[in-house]
Formats: sequence, structure tokens, C-alpha cells
Amino acid sequence: MRLICASALIAVASIAAFTSCGGTSVRAEVTAEKDRKLAPDFTLQDATGKNVKLSDFRGKVVLLNFWATWCGPCKIEIPWFIDFQQQFKDRDFVILGVSMDDDGWKSVKPYLEQKKINYRVMIGTEELSTLYGGVDALPTTFLIDRAGRVASRHDGLVSKSEYESEIQHLLDNKTTDDKNSKRSGLLRNSLAFIRAD
Amino acid sequence: MKIVAQLKPGYHCNSDKPSEDYLIPLKLTWTPAPLEVAEVVYPKPQMEKYAFSEKPLSVYTGDFDIITKFKVPASAPPGPAVLTGKLRYQACTDRMCLPPKTVDVSLPITVVK
Repeated sequence: MRLICASALIAVASIAAFTSCGGTSVRAEVTAEKDRKLAPDFTLQDATGKNVKLSDFRGKVVLLNFWATWCGPCKIEIPWFIDFQQQFKDRDFVILGVSMDDDGWKSVKPYLEQKKINYRVMIGTEELSTLYGGVDALPTTFLIDRAGRVASRHDGLVSKSEYESEIQHLLDNKTTDDKNSKRSGLLRNSLAFIRAD
Repeated sequence: MKIVAQLKPGYHCNSDKPSEDYLIPLKLTWTPAPLEVAEVVYPKPQMEKYAFSEKPLSVYTGDFDIITKFKVPASAPPGPAVLTGKLRYQACTDRMCLPPKTVDVSLPITVVK
């Protein structure tokens, strides 16, 4: 009969090595135009095999959503995006989904059909994630302005109204700079009024 | 053999038997040699409701243990050896999820007659 003598009985698996993630999401404001950086370009194939190149959408506001079929919070947002695609279909607006599922279309195609997703979805890569500053948490969503610059980034689930407000803001081309200049103008007018009074 | 897993506050990972098909289970697997796995015992999961789920989900939170019971086959050679395995898990908070991850687990042992 053989016996075993383990030299260590306890192994510690540090599942808690989650230091790279950003924790819970905070409300992301639309970045001022002057501070926006160009969204990295990419070309990926959609579910029909057609190429999707981000820079082909210049002149449109793009909602770029990284998600996965195993991600519960992502599944809350997808019906919102389906609504947005319908709501803003006559505006210069497009939604691009990037799935980070390891098994690619095997999991994603049935999900697209089941949920009747009405916007284009591609399969993402680690390279693309790195280009976008590391997409460690899902969902991660970028709003890209008409000039192809990143106007906001959301790590984690945010509210539908927040997305809606940002999309509307970018479609109306009301930049933070515009807002600031309007505020400055109002302030100047108020001061002029006080002086005149 | 016991693996002690620790999750940061606010995080959960799916149990070994998730309550929804789309969720990725916690799974510990071992390389067969030099011992045989008799049983992997996962802890009892908690049923927790999150903002993103309609129904409570079968999850683990905080610290928990995964126990493996091994058998020593007659063919196991005496002497030092290293048991190696992989722990796969996928963790989320109530607002976001991290990609599935696989961590290597190893345990030095000595087989004696």
C-alpha cells in the first residue's frame, strides 16, 4: 500500500488579483473637443463576413460597445442599443458591437439571432483591446464623435439615459467647448447688466 | 488538498453549476499523473440577485475553499512530484464583468511506500 505525504496541504489561489480593473463605473462626461483623441482605426468582419472599418464612419457618431455573451451587465445594455439603432436611424449615428467571446461566432451568432440585434457586431481581438487602452472589464463602451475622436468611455454598466444624453449631445454637435463659451457669454452679459444697473 | 480562493469585496464568481446557461462555471481540473482525482468538492453556492439578472444567480463571494480528494494509484512512482492543475473562473460585480481567467495551481508532494 502506498501513502502520500503532501509537503504543502494548502494552496492559495489568488482569485482576488483583480487590481487592473476599474471597479464600479463612474459617470463619464463627454470630453471637451480639444482633449479628444482619435479613436484607433480597425477593420473587422461582421457576422455576414463583410469588412467593418471604423474610419469609414467619419461624419457619423459611433457607439462602440465591447461585450460578451457571458457578461450579465452587457445583456442589460443590448436592448437599449437596439432601441437607439431604431431611434436614431435617420440621424448620422451607428452602433458597432465588438464581442470578446473566446469562441467567437460559435457563441455570438446564435445570440445575435435570438436577440434580433439590429446593428453590426464583430469579434474582437486582444490587439484591438490593447489599442483601446485595455478593455479589462465588460461592458466597455466608447462614444466617438463625427471627427472620429473618442468623446467618452464607460467602463461598466451605466444608465440608458446617460447614453441617450451623450448620443444626442454629439449628434447635435454641442461640444463642451460650445457650452463653456455659452456660459462665458452669459456671465459676461450678466456682468454688463450689473455694471449698467 | 484545499485551495483557498479569495474574492475582493463587491465581486462574485459563478459557482461550479451556474444557474444560467450563458454563465461560465468555476472549474478546477488536475493533470492526472501521478495521482488520480477521486473528487473535487466545491463549496455550497449562494443565490444572489444582481441588478443585471432577473433571477438570483448561483455564485461564490468572499473567501471559499475548493477541496480535492486524490487517490494514489498502485502505479504511482515513489518520490517527489508536483501536482498541477488549472482553476478557471469568471468574476463580475453588479455592473461589470472581467474576462474568464485560468490560473495555474501546483502542489509539491512526495509519494512514499
